[in-house]
Amino acid sequence: MKKNTVVMDAESVDRSLTRMAHEILERNRGTDNLIIIGIRKGGVPLAERLTEKISAIEGTEIMSGTLDITLYRDDVLTTGIRPPIEKTYIPFPLDKKRVVLVDDVLFTGRTIRAAMDALMDFGRPAIIQLAVLIDRGHRELPIRADFIGETLPSSLWENVRVTVTDDRSADEVVIEEG
Amino acid sequence: MKLSSKDMLGIRDLPREEIDLILDTAASFKEISERTIKKVPTLRGKTVITLFFEASTRTRTSFEIAAKRLSADTINISASTSSVVKGETLIDTARNLESMNPDIIVIRHSAAGAAQILAGLLKQSIINAGDGAHEHPTQALLDMLTIREKKGRIEGLTVAIVGDIAHSRVARSNIYGLIKMGANVVICGPAMMIPRGIERMGVTVCCSMRDAIRNADVVMMLRMQLERQEKNLFPSLREYAQQFSLNRDNIRLAKDDVIVMHPGPVNRGVEIAPDIADGPSSVILEQVANGVAVRMALLYLLSGGTK
Repeated sequence: MKKNTVVMDAESVDRSLTRMAHEILERNRGTDNLIIIGIRKGGVPLAERLTEKISAIEGTEIMSGTLDITLYRDDVLTTGIRPPIEKTYIPFPLDKKRVVLVDDVLFTGRTIRAAMDALMDFGRPAIIQLAVLIDRGHRELPIRADFIGETLPSSLWENVRVTVTDDRSADEVVIEEG
Repeated sequence: MKLSSKDMLGIRDLPREEIDLILDTAASFKEISERTIKKVPTLRGKTVITLFFEASTRTRTSFEIAAKRLSADTINISASTSSVVKGETLIDTARNLESMNPDIIVIRHSAAGAAQILAGLLKQSIINAGDGAHEHPTQALLDMLTIREKKGRIEGLTVAIVGDIAHSRVARSNIYGLIKMGANVVICGPAMMIPRGIERMGVTVCCSMRDAIRNADVVMMLRMQLERQEKNLFPSLREYAQQFSLNRDNIRLAKDDVIVMHPGPVNRGVEIAPDIADGPSSVILEQVANGVAVRMALLYLLSGGTK
Protein backbone atom coordinates (compact mmCIF):
# COMPACT_ATOMS: atom_id res chain seq x y z
CA MET A 1 0.00 0.00 0.00
CA LYS A 2 1.34 3.39 -0.97
CA LYS A 3 1.14 5.96 1.76
CA ASN A 4 0.74 9.66 0.93
CA THR A 5 1.51 12.36 3.45
CA VAL A 6 0.35 15.92 2.91
CA VAL A 7 3.20 18.12 4.09
CA MET A 8 1.85 21.51 2.95
CA ASP A 9 -1.74 22.53 2.35
CA ALA A 10 -3.01 25.47 0.29
CA GLU A 11 -2.62 27.94 3.16
CA SER A 12 0.94 27.01 4.00
CA VAL A 13 1.93 27.07 0.30
CA ASP A 14 0.53 30.59 0.06
CA ARG A 15 2.22 31.72 3.29
CA SER A 16 5.57 30.37 2.09
CA LEU A 17 5.24 32.15 -1.25
CA THR A 18 4.36 35.43 0.49
CA ARG A 19 7.46 35.14 2.67
CA MET A 20 9.63 34.28 -0.35
CA ALA A 21 8.26 37.29 -2.26
CA HIS A 22 9.32 39.55 0.62
CA GLU A 23 12.73 37.88 0.85
CA ILE A 24 13.30 38.34 -2.90
CA LEU A 25 12.47 42.05 -2.60
CA GLU A 26 14.66 42.45 0.47
CA ARG A 27 17.66 40.68 -1.05
CA ASN A 28 17.38 42.60 -4.34
CA ARG A 29 16.53 45.93 -2.71
CA GLY A 30 13.34 46.39 -4.71
CA THR A 31 12.29 45.55 -8.25
CA ASP A 32 14.95 47.34 -10.35
CA ASN A 33 16.01 44.99 -13.19
CA LEU A 34 14.23 42.11 -11.45
CA ILE A 35 12.98 39.26 -13.66
CA ILE A 36 11.17 36.14 -12.47
CA ILE A 37 11.64 33.07 -14.72
CA GLY A 38 9.73 29.84 -14.15
CA ILE A 39 11.21 26.50 -15.22
CA ARG A 40 8.77 24.26 -17.08
CA LYS A 41 6.66 22.71 -15.96
CA GLY A 42 6.49 22.84 -12.19
CA GLY A 43 8.14 26.23 -11.79
CA VAL A 44 5.80 28.13 -14.09
CA PRO A 45 2.70 28.48 -11.86
CA LEU A 46 4.93 29.25 -8.86
CA ALA A 47 6.74 31.97 -10.84
CA GLU A 48 3.36 33.44 -11.75
CA ARG A 49 2.32 33.55 -8.08
CA LEU A 50 5.60 35.13 -7.00
CA THR A 51 5.38 37.71 -9.81
CA GLU A 52 1.85 38.53 -8.74
CA LYS A 53 2.78 38.89 -5.06
CA ILE A 54 5.89 41.00 -5.71
CA SER A 55 3.97 43.26 -8.10
CA ALA A 56 1.21 43.69 -5.49
CA ILE A 57 3.65 44.45 -2.64
CA GLU A 58 5.57 47.06 -4.63
CA GLY A 59 2.64 48.34 -6.68
CA THR A 60 4.54 47.94 -9.93
CA GLU A 61 4.50 45.39 -12.77
CA ILE A 62 7.60 43.22 -12.93
CA MET A 63 8.88 41.19 -15.89
CA SER A 64 8.56 37.43 -16.05
CA GLY A 65 9.34 34.60 -18.43
CA THR A 66 9.17 30.85 -18.98
CA LEU A 67 12.04 28.47 -19.67
CA ASP A 68 12.00 24.95 -21.13
CA ILE A 69 15.35 23.37 -20.26
CA THR A 70 14.95 20.09 -22.16
CA LEU A 71 17.45 20.99 -24.90
CA TYR A 72 20.09 21.70 -22.24
CA ARG A 73 19.60 18.52 -20.21
CA ASP A 74 22.63 16.27 -19.80
CA ASP A 75 20.51 13.19 -20.49
CA VAL A 76 18.46 14.50 -23.42
CA LEU A 77 19.79 12.00 -25.96
CA THR A 78 20.44 9.04 -23.67
CA THR A 79 17.05 7.36 -23.95
CA GLY A 80 15.06 6.26 -26.99
CA ILE A 81 12.28 8.66 -26.19
CA ARG A 82 12.75 12.32 -27.04
CA PRO A 83 11.25 14.46 -24.28
CA PRO A 84 8.65 16.89 -25.67
CA ILE A 85 9.86 20.45 -26.21
CA GLU A 86 7.62 23.24 -24.96
CA LYS A 87 7.85 26.94 -25.64
CA THR A 88 10.44 29.15 -23.99
CA TYR A 89 9.29 32.71 -23.53
CA ILE A 90 12.03 35.20 -22.64
CA PRO A 91 11.41 38.03 -25.12
CA PHE A 92 13.98 40.41 -23.63
CA PRO A 93 17.78 40.38 -23.23
CA LEU A 94 18.96 39.36 -19.77
CA ASP A 95 22.05 41.60 -19.80
CA LYS A 96 22.56 43.22 -16.38
CA LYS A 97 19.26 41.80 -15.12
CA ARG A 98 18.66 40.27 -11.70
CA VAL A 99 17.14 36.91 -12.57
CA VAL A 100 15.22 34.79 -10.07
CA LEU A 101 14.83 31.23 -11.37
CA VAL A 102 11.80 29.45 -9.94
CA ASP A 103 11.21 25.70 -9.69
CA ASP A 104 8.93 23.55 -7.58
CA VAL A 105 11.35 20.97 -6.15
CA LEU A 106 15.14 21.20 -5.85
CA PHE A 107 16.54 17.66 -5.98
CA THR A 108 19.73 16.61 -7.81
CA GLY A 109 20.44 20.12 -9.09
CA ARG A 110 20.78 18.95 -12.69
CA THR A 111 17.74 20.89 -13.88
CA ILE A 112 19.16 24.07 -12.39
CA ARG A 113 22.53 23.47 -14.09
CA ALA A 114 20.70 23.15 -17.42
CA ALA A 115 18.59 26.24 -16.67
CA MET A 116 21.68 28.36 -15.95
CA ASP A 117 23.28 27.28 -19.21
CA ALA A 118 20.09 28.22 -21.03
CA LEU A 119 19.89 31.64 -19.36
CA MET A 120 23.43 32.47 -20.44
CA ASP A 121 22.25 32.19 -24.06
CA PHE A 122 19.90 35.10 -23.46
CA GLY A 123 22.58 37.52 -22.28
CA ARG A 124 24.77 38.12 -19.24
CA PRO A 125 22.63 38.55 -16.14
CA ALA A 126 24.03 40.59 -13.24
CA ILE A 127 22.99 37.81 -10.88
CA ILE A 128 21.00 34.57 -10.96
CA GLN A 129 19.17 33.53 -7.82
CA LEU A 130 17.16 30.37 -7.22
CA ALA A 131 13.76 30.12 -5.55
CA VAL A 132 12.19 26.71 -4.86
CA LEU A 133 9.10 25.72 -2.94
CA ILE A 134 10.67 22.48 -1.68
CA ASP A 135 14.32 21.57 -1.13
CA ARG A 136 14.39 17.81 -0.75
CA GLY A 137 18.17 17.29 -0.65
CA HIS A 138 20.19 14.62 -2.53
CA ARG A 139 22.21 17.09 -4.61
CA GLU A 140 24.49 15.69 -7.32
CA LEU A 141 25.96 19.08 -8.25
CA PRO A 142 27.26 21.99 -6.13
CA ILE A 143 24.02 23.99 -6.30
CA ARG A 144 21.93 25.62 -3.56
CA ALA A 145 18.76 27.67 -3.41
CA ASP A 146 18.57 31.32 -2.30
CA PHE A 147 14.88 31.29 -1.38
CA ILE A 148 13.27 28.13 0.00
CA GLY A 149 9.64 27.49 0.90
CA GLU A 150 10.32 24.42 2.98
CA THR A 151 13.29 22.11 3.50
CA LEU A 152 12.03 18.57 3.36
CA PRO A 153 14.61 15.84 3.88
CA SER A 154 13.27 12.90 1.88
CA SER A 155 14.28 9.38 0.99
CA LEU A 156 15.34 8.55 -2.53
CA TRP A 157 12.44 6.13 -2.92
CA GLU A 158 9.94 8.79 -2.03
CA ASN A 159 8.40 11.17 -4.54
CA VAL A 160 7.58 14.78 -3.72
CA ARG A 161 4.54 16.00 -5.62
CA VAL A 162 3.74 19.72 -5.77
CA THR A 163 0.30 20.72 -7.01
CA VAL A 164 -0.17 24.40 -7.74
CA THR A 165 -3.05 25.25 -10.05
CA ASP A 166 -5.46 28.06 -10.78
CA ASP A 167 -7.81 26.52 -8.24
CA ARG A 168 -5.74 27.77 -5.32
CA SER A 169 -7.70 25.90 -2.66
CA ALA A 170 -6.34 22.62 -4.10
CA ASP A 171 -2.68 23.59 -3.76
CA GLU A 172 -0.65 21.07 -1.80
CA VAL A 173 2.67 19.33 -1.38
CA VAL A 174 2.52 15.56 -0.87
CA ILE A 175 5.18 12.97 -0.15
CA GLU A 176 4.36 9.75 -1.96
CA GLU A 177 5.98 6.48 -1.01
CA GLY A 178 7.48 4.91 -4.14
CA MET B 1 6.73 10.47 -27.78
CA LYS B 2 8.88 9.00 -30.46
CA LEU B 3 8.91 8.65 -34.24
CA SER B 4 8.33 5.06 -35.30
CA SER B 5 11.01 5.05 -38.01
CA LYS B 6 14.72 5.85 -37.84
CA ASP B 7 14.33 7.66 -41.16
CA MET B 8 12.17 10.39 -42.67
CA LEU B 9 11.54 9.19 -46.20
CA GLY B 10 8.09 10.55 -46.99
CA ILE B 11 4.73 11.68 -45.69
CA ARG B 12 2.79 8.75 -47.16
CA ASP B 13 3.56 6.36 -44.32
CA LEU B 14 3.82 8.95 -41.56
CA PRO B 15 0.98 8.63 -39.02
CA ARG B 16 -1.03 11.73 -38.20
CA GLU B 17 0.12 11.73 -34.55
CA GLU B 18 3.72 11.85 -35.69
CA ILE B 19 2.99 14.80 -37.98
CA ASP B 20 1.45 16.55 -34.96
CA LEU B 21 4.49 15.70 -32.84
CA ILE B 22 6.88 17.12 -35.45
CA LEU B 23 4.81 20.30 -35.89
CA ASP B 24 4.46 20.86 -32.12
CA THR B 25 8.18 20.36 -31.61
CA ALA B 26 8.97 22.70 -34.52
CA ALA B 27 6.69 25.39 -33.09
CA SER B 28 8.74 25.34 -29.86
CA PHE B 29 12.03 25.41 -31.79
CA LYS B 30 11.13 28.63 -33.64
CA GLU B 31 12.07 30.78 -30.67
CA ILE B 32 15.71 29.62 -30.79
CA SER B 33 16.22 31.29 -34.18
CA GLU B 34 15.06 34.60 -32.70
CA ARG B 35 17.61 34.68 -29.85
CA THR B 36 20.82 36.69 -29.81
CA ILE B 37 22.73 33.43 -29.40
CA LYS B 38 20.96 31.18 -31.86
CA LYS B 39 22.26 27.87 -30.59
CA VAL B 40 21.38 25.14 -28.11
CA PRO B 41 23.80 22.34 -27.11
CA THR B 42 21.45 19.42 -27.72
CA LEU B 43 23.19 17.67 -30.65
CA ARG B 44 26.76 18.29 -29.52
CA GLY B 45 29.00 15.59 -30.95
CA LYS B 46 26.50 14.50 -33.61
CA THR B 47 27.44 14.68 -37.29
CA VAL B 48 25.00 15.53 -40.07
CA ILE B 49 25.99 15.02 -43.71
CA THR B 50 24.00 16.66 -46.47
CA LEU B 51 24.41 14.81 -49.74
CA PHE B 52 22.91 16.74 -52.63
CA PHE B 53 22.87 15.33 -56.15
CA GLU B 54 20.56 18.12 -57.35
CA ALA B 55 20.81 21.88 -57.17
CA SER B 56 19.46 23.54 -54.04
CA THR B 57 20.01 26.69 -52.06
CA ARG B 58 17.04 26.85 -49.72
CA THR B 59 16.82 23.25 -48.59
CA ARG B 60 20.53 22.59 -48.16
CA THR B 61 21.14 25.85 -46.31
CA SER B 62 18.07 25.26 -44.19
CA PHE B 63 19.27 21.80 -43.11
CA GLU B 64 22.73 23.13 -42.40
CA ILE B 65 21.45 26.04 -40.31
CA ALA B 66 19.07 23.72 -38.46
CA ALA B 67 21.88 21.30 -37.60
CA LYS B 68 24.24 24.09 -36.54
CA ARG B 69 21.65 25.72 -34.28
CA LEU B 70 21.44 22.38 -32.47
CA SER B 71 25.27 22.27 -32.20
CA ALA B 72 25.71 19.32 -34.59
CA ASP B 73 28.68 19.27 -36.96
CA THR B 74 27.72 19.49 -40.60
CA ILE B 75 29.43 18.39 -43.78
CA ASN B 76 27.98 19.29 -47.15
CA ILE B 77 28.61 17.22 -50.23
CA SER B 78 27.27 18.21 -53.61
CA ALA B 79 27.53 15.92 -56.60
CA SER B 80 29.45 18.40 -58.74
CA THR B 81 32.38 18.57 -56.31
CA SER B 82 32.41 14.94 -55.17
CA SER B 83 33.69 11.63 -56.51
CA VAL B 84 30.34 11.21 -58.26
CA VAL B 85 31.91 13.05 -61.20
CA LYS B 86 34.57 10.31 -61.25
CA GLY B 87 31.84 7.72 -61.65
CA GLU B 88 31.29 6.50 -58.10
CA THR B 89 27.84 4.97 -57.58
CA LEU B 90 25.35 6.25 -55.03
CA ILE B 91 25.71 3.10 -52.96
CA ASP B 92 29.50 3.25 -52.92
CA THR B 93 29.41 6.92 -51.93
CA ALA B 94 26.97 6.09 -49.15
CA ARG B 95 28.99 3.14 -47.83
CA ASN B 96 32.12 5.28 -47.73
CA LEU B 97 30.33 8.03 -45.84
CA GLU B 98 28.94 5.44 -43.44
CA SER B 99 32.47 4.36 -42.58
CA MET B 100 33.16 7.84 -41.26
CA ASN B 101 30.34 7.28 -38.79
CA PRO B 102 27.97 10.21 -39.20
CA ASP B 103 24.64 10.15 -37.33
CA ILE B 104 22.23 11.54 -39.90
CA ILE B 105 22.46 11.72 -43.70
CA VAL B 106 20.25 14.13 -45.60
CA ILE B 107 19.95 13.22 -49.26
CA ARG B 108 18.51 14.85 -52.37
CA HIS B 109 18.61 12.85 -55.59
CA SER B 110 16.92 12.97 -58.98
CA ALA B 111 15.88 9.32 -58.73
CA ALA B 112 12.71 8.45 -56.83
CA GLY B 113 13.53 6.01 -54.05
CA ALA B 114 17.16 7.06 -53.60
CA ALA B 115 16.62 7.89 -49.92
CA GLN B 116 14.77 4.62 -49.43
CA ILE B 117 17.72 2.66 -50.80
CA LEU B 118 20.14 4.34 -48.40
CA ALA B 119 17.75 3.83 -45.49
CA GLY B 120 17.71 0.09 -46.09
CA LEU B 121 21.46 -0.06 -46.51
CA LEU B 122 22.80 2.13 -43.72
CA LYS B 123 22.31 2.15 -39.97
CA GLN B 124 22.26 5.96 -39.93
CA SER B 125 19.05 7.99 -39.98
CA ILE B 126 18.27 9.09 -43.54
CA ILE B 127 16.25 12.21 -44.27
CA ASN B 128 14.81 12.56 -47.75
CA ALA B 129 15.35 16.12 -48.99
CA GLY B 130 13.64 15.36 -52.30
CA ASP B 131 13.82 12.27 -54.49
CA GLY B 132 12.86 12.84 -58.12
CA ALA B 133 9.15 13.50 -58.54
CA HIS B 134 8.38 11.27 -55.56
CA GLU B 135 8.43 13.02 -52.14
CA HIS B 136 9.84 16.05 -50.33
CA PRO B 137 8.61 15.46 -46.79
CA THR B 138 10.30 18.37 -45.00
CA GLN B 139 8.75 20.83 -47.47
CA ALA B 140 5.27 19.44 -46.75
CA LEU B 141 5.92 19.61 -43.00
CA LEU B 142 7.04 23.23 -43.15
CA ASP B 143 4.01 24.05 -45.32
CA MET B 144 1.70 22.40 -42.79
CA LEU B 145 3.42 24.27 -39.94
CA THR B 146 2.89 27.56 -41.80
CA ILE B 147 -0.79 26.79 -42.46
CA ARG B 148 -1.39 25.74 -38.86
CA GLU B 149 0.33 28.86 -37.57
CA LYS B 150 -1.63 31.23 -39.85
CA LYS B 151 -5.02 29.51 -39.65
CA GLY B 152 -4.83 27.86 -36.23
CA ARG B 153 -5.72 24.47 -37.76
CA ILE B 154 -5.49 22.36 -40.91
CA GLU B 155 -8.62 20.27 -40.53
CA GLY B 156 -11.54 21.51 -42.63
CA LEU B 157 -9.54 24.05 -44.64
CA THR B 158 -9.70 24.16 -48.42
CA VAL B 159 -6.24 24.10 -49.98
CA ALA B 160 -5.77 24.66 -53.73
CA ILE B 161 -2.52 23.36 -55.23
CA VAL B 162 -1.89 24.79 -58.70
CA GLY B 163 0.74 23.95 -61.30
CA ASP B 164 2.74 21.01 -62.60
CA ILE B 165 1.33 18.39 -60.22
CA ALA B 166 2.77 15.43 -62.12
CA HIS B 167 6.41 16.42 -61.71
CA SER B 168 6.08 17.93 -58.25
CA ARG B 169 7.34 16.05 -55.20
CA VAL B 170 6.21 19.06 -53.17
CA ALA B 171 2.63 18.53 -54.36
CA ARG B 172 2.73 14.80 -53.69
CA SER B 173 4.03 15.13 -50.12
CA ASN B 174 1.61 17.95 -49.38
CA ILE B 175 -1.36 15.99 -50.72
CA TYR B 176 -0.51 13.02 -48.49
CA GLY B 177 -0.06 15.28 -45.48
CA LEU B 178 -2.97 17.67 -45.94
CA ILE B 179 -5.48 14.86 -46.63
CA LYS B 180 -4.23 13.03 -43.54
CA MET B 181 -4.70 16.18 -41.44
CA GLY B 182 -8.28 16.56 -42.68
CA ALA B 183 -8.00 19.35 -45.27
CA ASN B 184 -9.95 19.46 -48.55
CA VAL B 185 -7.37 19.51 -51.32
CA VAL B 186 -8.19 20.84 -54.78
CA ILE B 187 -5.57 20.45 -57.49
CA CYS B 188 -5.36 22.31 -60.76
CA GLY B 189 -3.01 22.53 -63.72
CA PRO B 190 -2.69 21.86 -67.44
CA ALA B 191 -4.20 18.46 -68.32
CA MET B 192 -0.79 17.09 -69.29
CA MET B 193 0.49 17.86 -65.81
CA ILE B 194 -2.27 16.12 -63.84
CA PRO B 195 -1.37 12.48 -63.24
CA ARG B 196 -4.09 10.01 -64.23
CA GLY B 197 -5.90 8.51 -61.25
CA ILE B 198 -4.76 11.18 -58.80
CA GLU B 199 -8.33 11.35 -57.43
CA ARG B 200 -7.50 8.13 -55.60
CA MET B 201 -5.30 10.20 -53.29
CA GLY B 202 -8.47 11.92 -52.08
CA VAL B 203 -8.16 15.20 -53.99
CA THR B 204 -10.62 17.05 -56.23
CA VAL B 205 -9.31 17.87 -59.71
CA CYS B 206 -10.26 21.20 -61.28
CA CYS B 207 -9.41 22.19 -64.85
CA SER B 208 -10.12 25.86 -64.39
CA MET B 209 -7.91 27.93 -62.15
CA ARG B 210 -10.83 30.17 -61.20
CA ASP B 211 -12.86 27.19 -59.98
CA ALA B 212 -9.90 25.76 -58.10
CA ILE B 213 -9.16 28.84 -56.01
CA ARG B 214 -12.76 29.91 -55.42
CA ASN B 215 -13.27 30.07 -51.62
CA ALA B 216 -9.85 28.60 -50.93
CA ASP B 217 -8.28 29.23 -47.50
CA VAL B 218 -4.83 28.45 -48.86
CA VAL B 219 -3.48 28.71 -52.41
CA MET B 220 -0.25 26.85 -52.98
CA MET B 221 1.42 27.73 -56.27
CA LEU B 222 4.00 25.31 -57.64
CA ARG B 223 7.09 26.28 -59.54
CA MET B 224 6.66 25.95 -63.29
CA GLN B 225 9.55 23.62 -64.01
CA LEU B 226 11.07 25.60 -66.86
CA GLU B 227 13.70 22.93 -67.46
CA ARG B 228 10.91 20.59 -68.56
CA GLN B 229 9.54 22.96 -71.17
CA GLU B 230 11.51 21.28 -73.94
CA LYS B 231 9.34 18.23 -73.55
CA ASN B 232 6.40 20.13 -75.02
CA LEU B 233 4.13 19.56 -72.08
CA PHE B 234 2.70 22.97 -72.68
CA PRO B 235 2.67 25.23 -75.77
CA SER B 236 4.31 28.30 -74.29
CA LEU B 237 5.09 29.94 -71.00
CA ARG B 238 2.95 32.88 -71.96
CA GLU B 239 -0.05 30.68 -72.50
CA TYR B 240 0.64 28.93 -69.20
CA ALA B 241 0.81 32.24 -67.38
CA GLN B 242 -2.45 33.38 -68.92
CA GLN B 243 -4.31 30.34 -67.64
CA PHE B 244 -2.57 29.32 -64.44
CA SER B 245 -0.92 32.39 -62.96
CA LEU B 246 -2.11 33.71 -59.62
CA ASN B 247 -2.76 37.43 -60.01
CA ARG B 248 -4.61 40.42 -58.63
CA ASP B 249 -7.68 39.51 -60.62
CA ASN B 250 -8.25 35.85 -59.77
CA ILE B 251 -7.05 35.97 -56.15
CA ARG B 252 -10.27 37.86 -55.32
CA LEU B 253 -12.16 34.60 -55.80
CA ALA B 254 -10.42 33.04 -52.81
CA LYS B 255 -11.42 33.78 -49.22
CA ASP B 256 -10.60 37.29 -47.96
CA ASP B 257 -8.04 35.93 -45.53
CA VAL B 258 -6.45 33.55 -48.04
CA ILE B 259 -2.75 32.81 -47.64
CA VAL B 260 -0.54 32.35 -50.69
CA MET B 261 2.29 29.83 -50.55
CA HIS B 262 5.10 28.88 -52.90
CA PRO B 263 7.94 26.41 -52.24
CA GLY B 264 10.42 28.48 -54.24
CA PRO B 265 12.30 29.26 -56.34
CA VAL B 266 9.65 31.63 -57.72
CA ASN B 267 9.36 32.31 -61.45
CA ARG B 268 8.00 35.82 -61.16
CA GLY B 269 5.38 36.54 -63.79
CA VAL B 270 4.98 32.86 -64.71
CA GLU B 271 3.05 31.03 -61.99
CA ILE B 272 2.62 34.05 -59.74
CA ALA B 273 2.42 37.79 -60.34
CA PRO B 274 5.17 39.74 -58.53
CA ASP B 275 2.69 41.91 -56.62
CA ILE B 276 1.01 38.78 -55.24
CA ALA B 277 4.32 37.11 -54.32
CA ASP B 278 5.26 40.25 -52.37
CA GLY B 279 1.72 41.12 -51.27
CA PRO B 280 0.01 40.94 -47.87
CA SER B 281 -1.43 37.44 -48.46
CA SER B 282 1.94 35.94 -49.26
CA VAL B 283 3.59 33.79 -46.58
CA ILE B 284 6.46 32.67 -48.81
CA LEU B 285 9.22 33.98 -46.56
CA GLU B 286 7.52 32.64 -43.43
CA GLN B 287 7.64 29.23 -45.10
CA VAL B 288 11.41 29.58 -45.33
CA ALA B 289 11.71 30.55 -41.65
CA ASN B 290 9.51 27.61 -40.65
CA GLY B 291 11.70 25.32 -42.75
CA VAL B 292 14.56 25.78 -40.30
CA ALA B 293 12.30 25.01 -37.32
CA VAL B 294 10.83 21.88 -38.92
CA ARG B 295 14.28 20.55 -39.80
CA MET B 296 15.54 21.25 -36.28
CA ALA B 297 12.58 19.32 -34.92
CA LEU B 298 13.30 16.35 -37.20
CA LEU B 299 17.02 16.28 -36.41
CA TYR B 300 16.15 16.35 -32.72
CA LEU B 301 13.48 13.66 -32.93
CA LEU B 302 15.63 11.35 -35.08
CA SER B 303 18.77 11.72 -32.94
CA GLY B 304 20.15 9.84 -30.05
CA GLY B 305 19.36 6.95 -27.83
CA THR B 306 18.57 3.43 -28.86
CA LYS B 307 17.16 2.24 -25.55
